This record gives sequence, C-alpha cells and structure tokens, in this order.
Amino acid sequence: MVENRPFLTFLSHLVLIAGVFVVAFPVYLAFIASTHGPTDFLSGLIPLLPGPHMIENYSTMLTEGVSTGGAPPLGTMMWNSLIMALTIAIGKIAISILSAFAIVYFRFPFRQTVFWAIFITLMLPVEVRILPTFEVVANLKMLNSYAGLTIPLIASATATFLFRQFFLTVPDELMEAARVDGAGALKFFRDILLPLSLTNIAALFVILFIYGWNQYLWPLLITTDADYYTIVMGIKRLADVTDAEPKWNLVMSATVLAMLPPVLVVIFMQRLFVKGLVETEK
Amino acid sequence: MQTKRTTFTNRGLPYALVLPQLAITAIFFLWPAGQAFYQSFLRQDAFGFRTTFVWLDNYERLFADPSYLNSLWVTAIFAISTTVVSIGLALALAAAVDRMIRSARAYTTLLVWPYAVAPVVAGILWWFMFNPTIGILPYILDQFGYDWNHSLSRLDAMVLIVLAASWKQISYNFLFFLAGLQSIPHSLTEAAAIDGAGPVKRFFTIILPLLSPTTFFLMVVNVVYAMFDTFGIVHGTTEGGPAQSTNILVYKVYNDGFIGLNLGSSAAQSVVLMSIVVTLTVIQFRYIERRVEY
Repeated sequence: MVENRPFLTFLSHLVLIAGVFVVAFPVYLAFIASTHGPTDFLSGLIPLLPGPHMIENYSTMLTEGVSTGGAPPLGTMMWNSLIMALTIAIGKIAISILSAFAIVYFRFPFRQTVFWAIFITLMLPVEVRILPTFEVVANLKMLNSYAGLTIPLIASATATFLFRQFFLTVPDELMEAARVDGAGALKFFRDILLPLSLTNIAALFVILFIYGWNQYLWPLLITTDADYYTIVMGIKRLADVTDAEPKWNLVMSATVLAMLPPVLVVIFMQRLFVKGLVETEK
Repeated sequence: MQTKRTTFTNRGLPYALVLPQLAITAIFFLWPAGQAFYQSFLRQDAFGFRTTFVWLDNYERLFADPSYLNSLWVTAIFAISTTVVSIGLALALAAAVDRMIRSARAYTTLLVWPYAVAPVVAGILWWFMFNPTIGILPYILDQFGYDWNHSLSRLDAMVLIVLAASWKQISYNFLFFLAGLQSIPHSLTEAAAIDGAGPVKRFFTIILPLLSPTTFFLMVVNVVYAMFDTFGIVHGTTEGGPAQSTNILVYKVYNDGFIGLNLGSSAAQSVVLMSIVVTLTVIQFRYIERRVEY
C-alpha cells in the first residue's frame, strides 16, 4: 500500500465482504434447505434459517438413498467417488512422472515423437470426443467398472509437463554424482529424484483429486449400474423426478455432501492447492 | 528439445518408462480422435445396415443446420459473458485483497473454495436459488416487478447458466490476478503517487497495463472453461432449453450423439470442437513464449 486512505480501505472491505457473501450465499441456502423437513418447501419460499431435520435428512441419504429416484445410498456413491478421485490422482502422477523421467534423463530414438504424442492429449478433453471414446471402452468391456471410470482419464499432458519442467531445474551435478557413485537410472530416480519432487507431487495431487472427484460427463456415460454411480453424477438423478417437485431437503443434503470433500481439501491444503493451480497452468 | 548434459545409457528402459502413458494415450485419445475424424466423413442409414462415404457432406449439413448455427451463437454469447463477468468480479476482489495486510489470507481462503465445487453442483445450487416457485431470487425480483422464469424465458435461462459458470470460475481468476498484482513492483506505484497520481489513476495507467499478460491468459483459459467444462452446468439445469437457448456446443455433441444417435453429425461436431481447442491451445502457447521474453 502506497499511502493511507481510510475511505479506500473501508471500500475494499465492503467489496470483499459483498464478494464473500455472494460466493457463500448459494451454499448457505443449500445447507439451510438440507436441514428442513419435506413440507417446509410448500409454503412458497425457501426458509432462511436452519430447521430441526438436519441429522434425519443426512442419515437418510447416507444409508438409504431415495428409492424412487433410482439412487443408491449416498455412502456407496461417495465411496465410488473417493475410489475414482484417488485412482485418477495417483495414476496420473505415477505414469506422468515416469514418462517425464524418461523424456528428460534419456536420449532415445523417437523421443520427440513420444513427446508430441503426449502433448496432443492436452488438446483433446473428454467432452470433444465422447462418442468414439465410449465405443472403445465398450469394446474393451470396461463399462460399469472402476477401470472404465478411471483409466481413460489417467493420461495427462499437464502433469507430464509439470514434472518435465521441474526435472530440468534439478542440478545436473546430482545426477552426475549419483552416476560416479555407481547408481543406476532407477536407483537415482527412487533415491534422489522422487524425494526432491515430493512438494510437486503433493500440489498436483490436490488439483487432481478435485479433478477426479468432480468428473461428471464420463461417469454419466459409462455407468448404468447403480453400484458404480459417483455422487456428483447421482445428484442429477435425485433432482430429476418427473411430474413432481424434487425433495429439496434430500437433494440439497446430497449436494452438500458432494461438495464437502473437495472443498475441505482446498481449505485445509490451501498452500499446496495454490501452488498446484499456478504451476499446472504454466 | 532439452535434456540433461549427461544422460543414462540404458536402451530398453526409457521405452518401458513411457509405455504406460503412451498406451493409454493411444487407446483412449489418439484412436478415438481418429475414429471421430473418420466417422465424420461417413453416413449410416436409419437401420445401421449400410454406411456410405459422403466426403464433406456431414460438415456441409452441419453448417447449413440452423440449430447448429444457433448453438455456435449461444456458445459464443455464453463464453464471452462468463469470461467478462468472472474476470471483472475477480479483478475487483483481487485489487481489494491486494490492499489488505492482515486480513488478506482470511479473505483469500473465503474466496477460493468454489473452485472445488463440481460444475453440475454449481448449476444445481443456482437452479435452486432461482427456482420460480420457491426460489429466493425470483421472489426478490418479483418485488421489483420482474417475472423470472428460466423454463420459459430464453434470456433468464442464459443468465442462470452464466451466473452459475462465473460463480465457479471467480476463485480461479482471483488467484491469478492476486499473484499478478503482488508481482508488480511497489516502486512503480510509489513513484506515481509521488507524482500526484491518485489511486484510480494509478490503477488504470499502471496496474492494469502491467496486468495485461495475466488478463490475456485468463481470457483464453476462461473461454476454454466456458466452452468445454460447463457441460455439467447445462445438463444439471436447463438441458439446453428453453427453445435451444442454452444448447452450447458440448451439450449438443452429447445430445446428438447419445440421445439422437446421429453418429456422422456428432463426429463432425467433435472434429469442429477439436479444431477450436487446438486453436485456443496454440494461442495460449504462443502467449506463454511471449511472456518468457516479457
């Protein structure tokens, strides 16, 4: 700050408080709705203060689900989401750190080709090639399975680039010293490179966990078996009842549960999250 | 391309290391993309018995189809509005946080978490707030004499998805603007203050120009986000309606391919989308090269 201007500081606080309010308000409403009974929504306006049915609503959703909505208990769906998010995050990190290692620390024929083949995945998000990818997965008999949910999303150019950039900044002397001491490529990777990359791995993990948890279109396409529904795609089914108003109290408790894990990750790992976000975009 | 000064000499090992990623890329990325490209030149008859090679016919039909042209138009409006709204609000918030000393961290935490909310969840939250019968915002709007109904009004539906999409994106833009603002040297603003420039003038003549690389980068990223990551928002709320007014391109690809089962047209649409992504990615990368010099 260059000079002291109390009015401007006051104005900034005002802008920020308004901003925080706008950002939080939709979620506040959802939480409030999730604490009310089913009849409280007939009066014509969303209640603005918490009601007494919170525990009841959440335990119904977690253990029983809504049978008319064709949705299994949320516990199952959250478990599926967790498996999906963890597999995608760990899988992506594992395969991209290996390929980045190969690209930076080896010279081999077709290295350039490999680099471009990976690079091109950056340009092909699932959304633009859904039908043919669906066919491939169907032909491989991977519909309705954890493998089908995760493996097609695991290849990632961003993570490979991040690790490549980082490896290029690791001093050459480390590798030369390791070689002088007789360490092979894998030993160098495991004992020197991997420990050095831990912060990067953690930052990337936060971003990829959120990415995996929030996947929507892909699980929507390849799961028809309720045992494999993820919570983010399950919400839509709950809200989509025909000929009736949705059971808002239950839909909103599902919504709150669906956003809770990734939001907590962002809040409690804010530093890693910011690092991951800024670095994956470089 | 860069490597290390000295490299390891194993012959087979590097191939083994890149194999998992290459295999997944080839099976789930390159092959389907090739398929989409190939299918976009084919047409199946109504029963799926005969497939004929029709050259560019699918593309010609696509660009003569009023509903596709409408979808392009809708996507453009949606992407531009979302970008403007979320960048504008994020810049105001970042500029305000940049003035704060003690409370900056607390405000940042309170502002960044919507990044973690899935698009479809964001859509449902806003859909609930704007619900014409019980929602709170239509109630307030009604006091001002505006009859909100996003299942009938084209404008209302568009406003709904733009708000939901921007709400989710503000946190991302905010973080990048804040990083940009904090990297501007204080000596510049101090020199301007000594020369008598007030806060408003400083903001527009010094800070904003210095932020332009960040702004440009965010514009590209936001357009990409609005075009490709917002499927959940549309699918969770308006489902393309009313009267196609929110039928953005990614939603149309899904709808024509999976619901309408029009394979040739869906493939052609995929190819158009891919070329849009490629163009935007190239723009982004050229910008990054420029930023390195800058």
